[in-house]
Amino acid sequence: MNYVKLILLGLITLIAAMAASWAHDLAYQVHALLIMVIAFAMFIYVLRHTDEPVQEQAVDHIYEDGVIRAGVIATAFWGIAGFLVGTYIAFQLAFPQLNFDWGQPYTNFGRLRPLHTSAVIFAFGGNALIATSLYVVQRTSAARLWGGNLGWFVFWGYQLFIVLAATGYLLGATQSKEYAEPEWYVDIWLTIVWLAYLAVFMGTIFKRREKHIYVANWFFLAFIITVAMLHVVNNLSIPVSIWGSKSVQVFAGVQDAMTQWWYGHNAVGFFLTAGFLGMMYYFVPKQAERPIYSYKLSIIHFWALIFLYIWAGPHHLHYTALPDWASTLGMVFSVVLWMPSWGGMINGLMTLQGAWDKLRTDPILRMFVLSLGFYGMSTFEGPMMSIRAVNSLSHYTDWTIGHVHSGALGWNGMITFACIYFLTPKLWGRKQMYSMSAINWHFWLATLGIVLYAASMWVTGIMEGLMWREVDDQGFLVNSFADTVSAKFPMYVVRGLGGILFLSGALVMVWNMWMTIRGAEPQDATVPARGPAATATPAE
Amino acid sequence: MSDRKIDDETGIETTGHEWDGIEELNNPLPRWWLWTFYATIVWGVAYTIAYPAWPMISSATAGVLGYSTRGEVAASIEAHEAKNSELVAALTATELTELAPTNDLHRYAVARGASVFRAQCSQCHGSGAAGAVGYPNLLDDDWLWGGDVESIRYTVQHGIRNELDPDARYSEMPAFGEILEEEEINAVVEHVISLSASDYDSALAAQGTEIFADNCSACHGENAMGDREQGAPNLADAIWLYGGSREAIDYSVRYARYGVMPPWGPRLSEEDVRAVSVYVHSLGGGE
Repeated sequence: MNYVKLILLGLITLIAAMAASWAHDLAYQVHALLIMVIAFAMFIYVLRHTDEPVQEQAVDHIYEDGVIRAGVIATAFWGIAGFLVGTYIAFQLAFPQLNFDWGQPYTNFGRLRPLHTSAVIFAFGGNALIATSLYVVQRTSAARLWGGNLGWFVFWGYQLFIVLAATGYLLGATQSKEYAEPEWYVDIWLTIVWLAYLAVFMGTIFKRREKHIYVANWFFLAFIITVAMLHVVNNLSIPVSIWGSKSVQVFAGVQDAMTQWWYGHNAVGFFLTAGFLGMMYYFVPKQAERPIYSYKLSIIHFWALIFLYIWAGPHHLHYTALPDWASTLGMVFSVVLWMPSWGGMINGLMTLQGAWDKLRTDPILRMFVLSLGFYGMSTFEGPMMSIRAVNSLSHYTDWTIGHVHSGALGWNGMITFACIYFLTPKLWGRKQMYSMSAINWHFWLATLGIVLYAASMWVTGIMEGLMWREVDDQGFLVNSFADTVSAKFPMYVVRGLGGILFLSGALVMVWNMWMTIRGAEPQDATVPARGPAATATPAE
Repeated sequence: MSDRKIDDETGIETTGHEWDGIEELNNPLPRWWLWTFYATIVWGVAYTIAYPAWPMISSATAGVLGYSTRGEVAASIEAHEAKNSELVAALTATELTELAPTNDLHRYAVARGASVFRAQCSQCHGSGAAGAVGYPNLLDDDWLWGGDVESIRYTVQHGIRNELDPDARYSEMPAFGEILEEEEINAVVEHVISLSASDYDSALAAQGTEIFADNCSACHGENAMGDREQGAPNLADAIWLYGGSREAIDYSVRYARYGVMPPWGPRLSEEDVRAVSVYVHSLGGGE
């Protein structure tokens, strides 16, 4: 086995060296060198451990928590990176001088912006989803993670994807598709990692020792499968050369735009909504120590959400070359999606029935509740903005940015922080976080930050939308684009301050995590005794 | 389902399942939720009947209201055009030189031109038309190619130093870095500075006088007042397109400059070209 590994790693090192030497562009060359170094280091490692006696340990009675611990740390790390870049580019918009000459072209707004979005969605959010899903699927299946070290491959493979994507943006490699910027070879790598993730997750469900699959796992599974499909279809492209990063999209024109926003909207729908609802369905009842409010609601809103979300993409392309019929359908499905989205909020909030008093004493539960509040707000705002008449005002304005951030900071950010506070003490064998009052500080810093952010973007968004469409009585435009930009300046500063507050809250969290983890001796939790594995008794 | 039990806090029955300590209550769907969901579905069906929606084999249903986004825009443009049609006809038929600031047609041309300017010209010349380094200020009377309304119209129509329009205004200054000696460049730069500034090295500037006469005056004129036939700027005033510092002038002499402007004739309508020319002419520097 080790010889096969050695041959493979040797080949990868060799091919990467060739690719680095024949590279057509800088991003590709840097990536080839990076892969060469990693493959070579692994080659040496495997070589040094070949022919050593192997100690097989029975591990099936304990959970695979090591990969979760790594995931929790990675989530916090990429979170800080993503918030930092976000705050910086917020100030770049207010003060363009921050696009320093010495940093060109690597640190201009155009390259940092995808770095920010990918860092927070895929690095911060993605690591949070992988870590929590693998934690939840083990607990609710009463089974150790399937696939042995495959879980670790998913973790490190995903980190490599993040590094390749992020450095690629800075070095100028991009497909110019929003949230799908990485070039073809990074896409292929992510596909491999994602299929491994699917295998680990499904494998664990298959060997579960509970009769039924818990609702959180439906959401996680829908998220993993749909993201795989979206990723593959939207990234269909033909490389110009296998020794270069540039590729050409298979779709062209309005078909390409439609595919992109079918992907883009469902990145929100399945990555940031379905996946995070999976988190909610485990961690909220655990933290509140209450049963889920309604099993029926969870079934109905799950299937309605899954069915409806996938059609909503065209609302990103109102009043474009997209035919009117597609635009109408996108809008109608978005509006109908309103209640299925709220089903998750209702089920989460009502789970607190009989435990509302805990909000006074438990800052973690407060974070969960706030995140559900923001979830409900953005899933009302979204359908509203998808209505053509509203969209004609809101589209291309900062209102969209405000909407995205009330969802991303409020819903995804807050629930992830709460999950980190839930998981960290458990994974490192502590009773609770080092400082509960620091969690409280984090809660208020983040909340204030989100309020400043969202409010300032609503103001500038609606203002610039109105300024753009303002015409005089003879039908001529009143404002130039630059007029709207200069009018937005004060609100841009407020937005940047909101970012600073949100970032400071996250730094408080990292300090708190550090103090909790320091000196702890992590131990994997034991799988509770159960009947035989579910594979013996067919699932319902 | 033998494990069903009653939840103490709410008195609701559970479904009898349990995962890692989590149970589920058997609450029904909230009525208001369900009815709102139904209402959005009913609304959605009605909306797709009213508006273009369902794809069929060769086209989509058009909707009973006959709505289309393109139709909506076309109708609104048409309404404005119908309202302004007489003024547009008059604008294209009238010599621009005959437009006086007192008549309605001039006011219309300025309003229309201002809107064209904001959308098309402000990116380079600034939304207030005050220009920027490399992009002329259109508010003053320092014109490179002429400031009467017809000259402005020619510039807008054909542009400057572009390859898209054979009639574009064209001239090219040589890069004197390859022609003059180092000390000659220093001297002529000092001479040019001396024409409009008070802080200069008079001895050096005097050395530059002859160099200027030999090399520069053919285009910029004997007295350096420029030549609009060739777009040669006036060097005797204190208005500088690329900056009046010693470094900026030195750079201009050594490497020359090559400012370009696209031809707007192919992109704008005739009345828009006329209107924006009248607007620029009206900004203060028009001749």
